[in-house]
Amino acid sequence: MAVKINPKRIRKDFPIFSRERKLAYLDNAATTQKPKCVIDAEKNFYGSTNANVHRGLYKISERATEMYEKAHEKTAEFVGAGGMQEIIFTRNATESLNVVAGSIGKTLKAGDEVVLTLMEHHSNIVPWQQLQRKGVKLRYVGFGKDGKLDYNEFEQCIGKNTKVVSFVHASNVLGSINDAKKICKIAHENGAIAVVDGAQSVPHMEVDVKKMDCDFLAFSAHKMLGPMGIGILYGKEEALLKMEPFLYGGDMIKSVGKFEASWNTLPWKFEAGTPNVAGAIGFSAAIGYLENIGMQNVRKHEEEITEYALRKLSEIGGLEIYGSRNAQDRLGVISFNVEGLHPHDVAALLDEEGIAIRAGHACAQPLLAQLGVNAVCRASFYVYNTKEEVDRLCKAIGKCKSILM
Amino acid sequence: MQSYWEMQEHFDVIPMDRQAYVEEVMDHYKNPRGKGKLEHADFCAKDENPLCGDEISICAKVKAGKLQEIKFDGHGCAICIASSSMLMEKATGMKMEKALKIKREDVLSNFGEISPVRTKCALLSLKVLKLGICSFLGKKAPLE
Ligand SMILES: Cc1ncc(COP(=O)(O)O)c(C=O)c1O
Repeated sequence: MAVKINPKRIRKDFPIFSRERKLAYLDNAATTQKPKCVIDAEKNFYGSTNANVHRGLYKISERATEMYEKAHEKTAEFVGAGGMQEIIFTRNATESLNVVAGSIGKTLKAGDEVVLTLMEHHSNIVPWQQLQRKGVKLRYVGFGKDGKLDYNEFEQCIGKNTKVVSFVHASNVLGSINDAKKICKIAHENGAIAVVDGAQSVPHMEVDVKKMDCDFLAFSAHKMLGPMGIGILYGKEEALLKMEPFLYGGDMIKSVGKFEASWNTLPWKFEAGTPNVAGAIGFSAAIGYLENIGMQNVRKHEEEITEYALRKLSEIGGLEIYGSRNAQDRLGVISFNVEGLHPHDVAALLDEEGIAIRAGHACAQPLLAQLGVNAVCRASFYVYNTKEEVDRLCKAIGKCKSILM
Repeated sequence: MQSYWEMQEHFDVIPMDRQAYVEEVMDHYKNPRGKGKLEHADFCAKDENPLCGDEISICAKVKAGKLQEIKFDGHGCAICIASSSMLMEKATGMKMEKALKIKREDVLSNFGEISPVRTKCALLSLKVLKLGICSFLGKKAPLE
């Protein structure tokens, strides 16, 4: 049973909101604000435990190592992974996807196919595009006006040459929540690997890698109250064992000779060099914070706000919302355009009212091309957003219209 | 320490000239000068601002080293369209060599305070014009 959360109470945990009292921060799909516990966790690490991990034979290094490994364990639990060995820390979701594309790419040959969707963020397109040089073919599954993927098209696109199906779990433009379990199943039935971009889904809903049965899941800490500079790649143990490392150097090796090296155990085989230990510890605190609220309650709150925003925004004349009109089908991400207004102008004028939204192509140009637009305005919500902020947004859009039209 | 928004409020104390800028800019945006297609142009150039998808093309007829007639076309935000419109007014009849010397600041001064991101919107048309002139004169285009 979901419990109603109180965003006004939650806001008190975020130092930025006591400084920026007028700020309506509605760009959570880009990055979220950080609660005090996350900022403190990162700060305290540097102030009390700073040492390199997996090296020192002294107390603070042992303590740092322990905390760093705990962060892996906590992340594993959070997404239902089998254990720390399945959690690799990177810099961000983009790097996680590069690790997958780069490592799996080494085993792909000319004629092999990678299936993507037209909803992808650039980070799940460009790394795969690089494999075209080897003769790997990319295929795209489209979506309809309702923001839903065409699941029949998956069946058509996926064939015996398909080696990888990589798709976004929840779109950062349309908000659509895709049926990841279904797509992973189709991929596996055809002997392909399923890679899920969870950058938008993991922060906002319960995600369980076992239930979904994906082979890989990529996401970013900074989009879920955590610090910047920490990304996560979940990989099924068996897949990671088979996979070649992506980055080489210290920490990821077991032993090194003059001309050859052997790899460390999981997950360290994929974490070359000194990691972002403070970031990982901060992320651990962010997970703790979200767990305290409860992911079901996070989702419930956002669904409510999204439903309210969809209703209020559609009352504005000339405003077009992209994707589903049903809050149950989507995350708290709403992209829209106001007829005759350029998104840049809207965002700049909203900024004068203390409202932060995103304007532009939202790193999803193929998606926008499909919608037939160059740019969108995007408002996206999180646990600290309120309906009053939605009201302010709508009122300010009205003001934009009066200035610009 | 003062927060960003407190400082913003402080800036709001001087709305007079900011308002004037806005009005002039809005006038150019709503009634752009020199917008449309130009037949039999001597050169055309085009560029876009990848960040926001703005796209501006400029075509010109040249006579005796001067921009006898110039027109712009494309789509963009208010700042981008207004700056294009202002540039058409300013550069019509101007010697090409002189147009190449128009400075960023000459354009930006029309807009009061604008953020670094939007500076790109304001400067797109100037970039396109210089691109066109340079290719017409067979010169190397300036980096900005
Ligand atoms: C769906 C999606 N995938 C991937 C990313 C990339 O995240 P990051 O920039 O943290 O690597 C984003 C964020 O912008 C996103 O929204």
